Parts: sequence; C-alpha cells; structure tokens
Amino acid sequence: MDYIKAFIVGGLICVIGQLLMDGTKLTPAHVLVSFVTSGVILTAIGIYEPIVNFGGAGATVPLPGFGYALAKGAVKAVKESGVIGIFTGGVIATAGGVAAAIVFGYIMAVIFDPKTKS
Amino acid sequence: MKNINNKEYSKYVDKKVPKPDYLKNSIKAFFVGGLICILGQWLTNYFTSKGLSKGDVATATPIILVFLGAFFTGLGLYDKLGKFAGAGSIVPITGFANSIVSPAMEYKREGYVFGVAARMFNIAGPVLVYGYGSSVIYALIYYLVTK
Amino acid sequence: MAIKKMGAQTVKLLNPPSIVSTGTIVGPKEGEGPLKEYFDVIIEDDLFGEDSWEKSESKLQKEAIKNALDKISFPLNKIDYIFGGDLLNQIIASGFSARDLQIPFFGLYGACSTMSESLSLGAMIVDGGYADKVICVTSSHFSTAERQFRFPLELGNQRPLTAQWTVTGSGASIVSSEGNGPYITHITTGKIIDPGIKDANNMGAAMAPAAADTIISHFKDTGFTLDDYDYIVTGDLATIGKEILLDLAKEEGLDLTEKHRDCGLEIFNNEKQDTHAGGSGCGCSASVFNGYFYNLLENGKINRILLVSTGALHSPTSAQQGESIPGIAHAVSVCTSLGKEG
Repeated sequence: MDYIKAFIVGGLICVIGQLLMDGTKLTPAHVLVSFVTSGVILTAIGIYEPIVNFGGAGATVPLPGFGYALAKGAVKAVKESGVIGIFTGGVIATAGGVAAAIVFGYIMAVIFDPKTKS
Repeated sequence: MKNINNKEYSKYVDKKVPKPDYLKNSIKAFFVGGLICILGQWLTNYFTSKGLSKGDVATATPIILVFLGAFFTGLGLYDKLGKFAGAGSIVPITGFANSIVSPAMEYKREGYVFGVAARMFNIAGPVLVYGYGSSVIYALIYYLVTK
Repeated sequence: MAIKKMGAQTVKLLNPPSIVSTGTIVGPKEGEGPLKEYFDVIIEDDLFGEDSWEKSESKLQKEAIKNALDKISFPLNKIDYIFGGDLLNQIIASGFSARDLQIPFFGLYGACSTMSESLSLGAMIVDGGYADKVICVTSSHFSTAERQFRFPLELGNQRPLTAQWTVTGSGASIVSSEGNGPYITHITTGKIIDPGIKDANNMGAAMAPAAADTIISHFKDTGFTLDDYDYIVTGDLATIGKEILLDLAKEEGLDLTEKHRDCGLEIFNNEKQDTHAGGSGCGCSASVFNGYFYNLLENGKINRILLVSTGALHSPTSAQQGESIPGIAHAVSVCTSLGKEG
C-alpha cells in the first residue's frame, strides 16, 4: 500500500512541475529552486508534514522533500542548540545528499564524457 | 516595410506558437516521477528493515538515489529519460543529481577547477542558495517565536 | 559617388563575381536528412576525431574550404582573403581555422546570417578589384552552440516546441573575379529589426520581420519582381518564422507562398528527426546554400535565387538581462546567366 501512495503522491508533485514548465517559460532550474523553497515554506506552515506521513517517499524523494528535510532539520537544531542551530540545522539534515551529489558528480565527470543528443 | 508594433506582434506570435500537449506530458511525468518515488519507497523500506534509524534512512535513501541519478547521467541515459518524462525526472532528487553531473561532465574540457568544480553548481547552486537560505529564515523565525 | 549603390540598402555589382566552387560538410544527423546527397562529406561522429567540439567545428570549416578548393584544383595559398564566421564567443571556430590556413582573414559575426554577410563582403571586395579569389565560409555545431546558448547536453530537460536544432556543418564558397557563374549580382544589406521578442527559444519569430524587411527593400531598390526569381531562400526561420514571413510579406503586397524556401526547413525532416521547428545556425544556410541550392543553380535547374540568411543577434547575457532579440537578414542575389542584366 505504501508503494501505491508513494507512486500517486510523487507522480502528482511531478505533474505540478510539468504543468509549470509547459504553461510558463520556467526552466528546469526555476522549477527546482521554487520546489525546494516551497518545500521549506509548506513545512513551516504545517502542510507538508501530513503529505509526507501519507505519501512517504512519494513526498520526500521529489525536491519539495529536500525543502522538508531542510525545515525539519532547522527546527530540530534550534530546539537542541538554540541560535547556532539556526545556521547548522538545514545543512546538517541534508549534508548526506549534497555531499553525495558533489562526490558522485565529480567521479562521474572524471569517468564519463558527454555525448551529443540525437 | 512599415514599423511593427511590438505588443501587437507579440500577441500575433503567441497565436502561432504551438501549444504543448499538457495531458500527454503530464501523464508521462506522473508515471516516471511516481516510479522513481516507488524506488525511493523500496529503499526506505529496505533500510528500515535492516534496522537503520529513521534519521539514517532519511539520509541513506537520497544518497543511493543521487548515486543512481549521477550514474545514469554519466552513461548518457538520464537526458533521454528527461526528454521523455520532463518534470517526472527533473523534480525527484535524481534530477537534482543530473543537474550537478551534467554541467560537471560538459565542462571537463575547461579543466578540473574552473570546469568541473566551478560549473557543477550552475543549476544546483541556486537550489542550495534558496533552499539553505529559506531554511535559515524559517529557523530564525521559529527561534524568535518559541524563545 | 557610390556608382554601384541602388536605392537605400542595395548595391549592384558591375563586375559580378562568380561562385566558382563550393564545399560542404555536415554532421551525422544532417546526413540523415532529406538533403544528404547534396553534401560533400557527412561525418560519422560529431567530435570528428578531435578532443573538443570547438576543435571539431574548426576542422569542419577547414574541411569545407578544402573540399571547395579541391573541386577546382586551386591552391590555398593563391586565395586573397577569407571571410569567416560562426556562432561561438569571439568566433573561435573561424579564428582557429584561419590560424591554420595562413590566409588574410576577416572574422565576421552576424549570428546565423553570417553566410550571406560573408558572401556580400567577399563579392564586394572582388567586384571592387581588391581581390581575385576569396573564400566565404561559416560553420555551426550543435554541441558547441548548445553549451554556449542553452544547457549541458546531458541535462534531462525537454526542448520547447518552438526550439530549433543547431545544424552541425559548414559550407564554403569560392568567390572569383573570373568564372562562368553562378554570379552574385546584387547585395541588399539588412538593418536590424527588433520586434521585441524575448524568448530565445523562438528565434524564427524574432528574425522573420528582419527577413521580410530585407526582401521588401531588395525588390524596392532593384526593381526586380518575384517573376525574376525561382526561389527566395531564407536562412533558418523554421516553421513559425516562415508563417510570419509569408504574412508580413503579403501585407506589403508580396505573395511569397510559391517561391519561399527556408534552409532550416529543408535540412531536416522535423517530424521524423524530432527537430521541432527546424534547423538553425550559420552552418544551416551555409551547407544548404553551398550544397543544395548551388547544385540546382550549377545544373541549370534554376536561374536566380535570393539568399537571405537570417540572424538573431542576442547572447545569453543579453537574454538574462531581459533584452529582446535583434533580428537581421542579408540578401544576396545569385543567378546563372547575366543575360537580362540591365
């Protein structure tokens, strides 16, 4: 059952992104930026948490889930370490994914060459 | 030729521009995006069953997905998936990995400092700036409100 | 007194130079298109044995020039000037190809209009008696243009329906004071027309008014009528730009429906090759004119064409700063016989 929920929630979030790109002049970069930021905002006002509880990976794997992790991490760090947590919370919560992207990105760039589109 | 009125011309051009097939594109984005999330769910369930804590699962799952996104970008397959699926493969975290790996590969010929390392964040940089920026703002507000 | 000037924007060449030879080379995708049999060389891999696409593009130019020279067994060192251009920043494809060729070099930038710009200037220099043989050459490369103007190749994005596909290819013409045609007889140099389009993925709409303006000026300045021409050949207006050009010309009383051809629509089969609105780039009109249309002229299948390469003079910087796209189009009248020249 959790797979079906993940499929539907994740699919719907992607559809929103697709409609934004097809209906406006927004590029993928704009969509990624606005989705992460909306993830933070929606978590802050308490809307995203229920979506995560329902959709599981369907809500955490798309980019608003990255914003969700940032916001959750921020709150947790503020609770634990006060003012310092304001700055460290988001970064700590997402450090794994970002470091992985940098390391794997670098390795792939060393190994592979880009190919032309056909 | 008589002068063109830019506003009228813009309206006239808009009528000529073909409209994307919203329904077909959305269905493709839905299925591919949904499938990537099923993979994420499977990873989450797997790590949970192996006894990882909730926090560790929330870190391990994106790491694996980022690896897969990076690897398929390296193989030259992710752009083909993206052409088919659009937002279905851009919005999941695998798309974030693609946005880091594709410029890193593309600019390798400009060297490993100004090419790979500097260009890696062409697209992902803004995501981190606005993501971290908004999380700090939220944390600050939360701190002030709960103090 | 400018004795060769006609009207506001046109010159009539009193000693019409001949295009005595052409050379063309295109990439694999262009080589699968409808015009494949008209190109001299079709490369199998668009890196062309080099280690970067920029080097590959330079090599395309050198090969196009070599093909053109070989056809008339003419030595490179007897060429007086090269007029070359491409789409890259600081036109490096042309500069680096000229570095190897060691011929006096004028570098030109007119975006995708550069082929007819180079033919215009080359023909005027030859007509003026400043040179006997010059080479006019341009190139473009999908992968160099994509990274400069758009996104990395491996980014999983979707191309808008109005987007055009930059042609990988190069074309060179040898313009000579002696020869039996096809002759360059008239040159109409375009003004920049900017209809305020800001979408860099809709260049046809940005360039069509410039093409219409140059074509209308050409007829006004020269007194030619449409009957004098077999084809009016634009560079890379593609599907949307073509429709707009036909509409704009009709408003001015010129019905181009029958005679208009667009290099960007000739080079690919848009449906089968998934090139959306059509081809673009300096290499588009260069390869299609020097390959296909030159062949038709040389074999006497047609007598006179007006080549109107069209360019969009924007850059990623100007686009990000919210500037609109200035369009330009240069027209070169090419005919096989000088019989009815008045």
